[in-house]
Amino acid sequence: MNRFLLTGATALALLVSGAAQAQQRVKIELWQGLTGDLGSAVEEVCQRFNDSQKEFEISCPTQGSYDSAVQNAIAAFRAKKQPTIVQVFDAGTLDLMLSEAFIPARKLMEENGYKIDWTNYFPGIANYYANSKGELYSFPFNSSSALFYWNKDAFAKISKTEAPKTWQEVEASARALKSAGYECPMAINYDTWTLLEQFSAIHGEPIATKNNGYGGLDAELVVNRTKFVDYIKFMKKGLDEGLFKIKLPETGANIVQAFASGECQMTMTSVADHGVVGKTAKPEMKWSVAMLPVMEGTKRLNSLVGGASLWVLSGKSKDEYRAAAAFLNFIATPESELFWSTRTGYIPVTKTGFQHLKDQGFYEKPQYEGREIALESLTASEVTPLSRGIRLGGFIQIRKEMRDALSDIFAGKVSVEDGIKSAVERSNAVLRRFEKTYAGKQLL
Amino acid sequence: MDRRAVYKTAWIGSLLLAPQLLLVFTFFYWPTGAALFWAFTLERPWGGGNEFAGLDNFRMVFSDTAYWGAVWRSMVFALGSTALAMGLALLFALFCDRQLRGYKAYQTMLIWPYAVAAPAAGVAFRFLFAPEAGIFAALNKIHPEFWNPSINGIHAMILIVVAYSWKYLAYNFIFFLAALQSIPRALVEASAMDGSGPLRRMWDIQLPLLAPTLFFLLVINITDSFVDSFGIIDLTTGGGPSKATTLMVYKIYFDGFKGLDYSGAAAQSIVLMLLVMGLTFVQFRFIERRVHYR
Repeated sequence: MNRFLLTGATALALLVSGAAQAQQRVKIELWQGLTGDLGSAVEEVCQRFNDSQKEFEISCPTQGSYDSAVQNAIAAFRAKKQPTIVQVFDAGTLDLMLSEAFIPARKLMEENGYKIDWTNYFPGIANYYANSKGELYSFPFNSSSALFYWNKDAFAKISKTEAPKTWQEVEASARALKSAGYECPMAINYDTWTLLEQFSAIHGEPIATKNNGYGGLDAELVVNRTKFVDYIKFMKKGLDEGLFKIKLPETGANIVQAFASGECQMTMTSVADHGVVGKTAKPEMKWSVAMLPVMEGTKRLNSLVGGASLWVLSGKSKDEYRAAAAFLNFIATPESELFWSTRTGYIPVTKTGFQHLKDQGFYEKPQYEGREIALESLTASEVTPLSRGIRLGGFIQIRKEMRDALSDIFAGKVSVEDGIKSAVERSNAVLRRFEKTYAGKQLL
Repeated sequence: MDRRAVYKTAWIGSLLLAPQLLLVFTFFYWPTGAALFWAFTLERPWGGGNEFAGLDNFRMVFSDTAYWGAVWRSMVFALGSTALAMGLALLFALFCDRQLRGYKAYQTMLIWPYAVAAPAAGVAFRFLFAPEAGIFAALNKIHPEFWNPSINGIHAMILIVVAYSWKYLAYNFIFFLAALQSIPRALVEASAMDGSGPLRRMWDIQLPLLAPTLFFLLVINITDSFVDSFGIIDLTTGGGPSKATTLMVYKIYFDGFKGLDYSGAAAQSIVLMLLVMGLTFVQFRFIERRVHYR
């Protein structure tokens, strides 16, 4: 609907200015998966691009969700009506990577005469969307990482001024908060992105063999044999003692709402929610963010990037690719990155963008304070083979299996070991099926 | 003597049938054909490859314990929602037919839910039945965990059965009321004059005369409960907690559209189609015998 409105509006605009404008603009589309405020932010980026030059015009209709952006793009691609650019979330990466449906980022930019310094992208971000040689396939766009959110007011009541750095400190603080009368010391949910993926990356634990799948499609999940099991036992114990509380949209409030309302005093979620908390929390509530806690005695590695990247689909005209290249070059400029990070909670993806934000004093402004911690967390160490990313087929189904297992474990229906073990077995079946579907394909 | 009207040439008949045939072909046979093809191959979502897989997809589906769980839950859901939606609709229709005080208002209001789109109903029920914010929050305060569909699978199943039946109740109500009103008044009145009370009249006269409608609605309700529950589930429970409300049709949606396993989902939808066909056959074969149309 939105798309029709937009094209309708642009058509009208063209009619009016038709006489003045001799040269026809090249029009392309970007299908995005964000909605609401974040969706409008993307549209504003597109508008800024349209205003910045006269040759190209991009429209960025939302498809309703990350899932449907991928689904719709696939349907459109099969009908040869695909958009030039589509926003694809982390878990949808591998299916595209193994297809012939896209133009690699480097190829697109070279063919259109752009000289990009690819090392300018933060390696922790770029590696997720690059092949094994480190060549970027898609363009990092809305990038995030997970942070630990804590309520300073509540911590002041238990005479603490700093965020817990280890899970043991989290437990001690939660206990103190509980005895200070706080009903919900920490809000958690079944999100595998924080509980499994980020945890494994920062603790240097594997999620799957073959370097989390980067080494080949025959990888197998191993999380039933890593520290993840101890971690879930730890979380389950905390839940049973009432130190952690499960907060879901179905129960009435999700973790972000529960934290912002002051009901829960700690939580873990994406830096992208930093803006949401800032806008919805009471102005007098003092809160801050920190890096995710680690288990005592662990050396912290870099966390994983979340969010989505922009893929350029194949089968379009030369002009359309020229427009796409211009747009993708535009969003990586420091000015556009500043706009994007100010408008949303997402982090800049290039080093020059980050520097520009720092030079502008972005991170010193109270409302944005702490967002640099997401980048610190992403760059906490050199990227290791295990903290580089996750490259597993059917990853959406695997996340669902793990999520189901966590919900059964936390509800006390199965033991921690059994729950994780059966989820691993089911996930491995998904992986084998994916391997068969892409028989003869190699990861590049 | 043959009194049927017959076209002299075949092409007029075919021409008149063509639009309907075209529709059926485009919206039924074509997609079914594609699903059948995918069910025997391994389809890559972005195209570019299609391996023949024989019966592998079906073997995978049938060897998956989660799939049998979904089949079992679909049966429970079908029975539960059909019983609830038909039972209550019949009760309400009988009351309305007896023209109890204010029946005109009830009659109109009972039809409305059918006009509400599934997503709207789903969202409404999610809020109404939310354990910490809905009407149940008060009960949960008195008795913790009295109602929590986000953790308790049985609660979640009750939630989707109620939300789904709410809509079909209206549908069934329309049919029952129409059927009741077509029963000749004279029959009911004669019975009343012979001294039978309202319950006896319902049991001996109205219900037997409703049998064709009952049978029709039974078939429709059972069939629809297998294929039409998707919207409600997606918006109330999302198939959870864990897999407690993942019915067959929801699993097809998740595996195919979200998980991008097109072939697995295609195989599942073929199985679902055969199952619904089988159930309908059984109903016609064994239940319809007991229905008298005149």
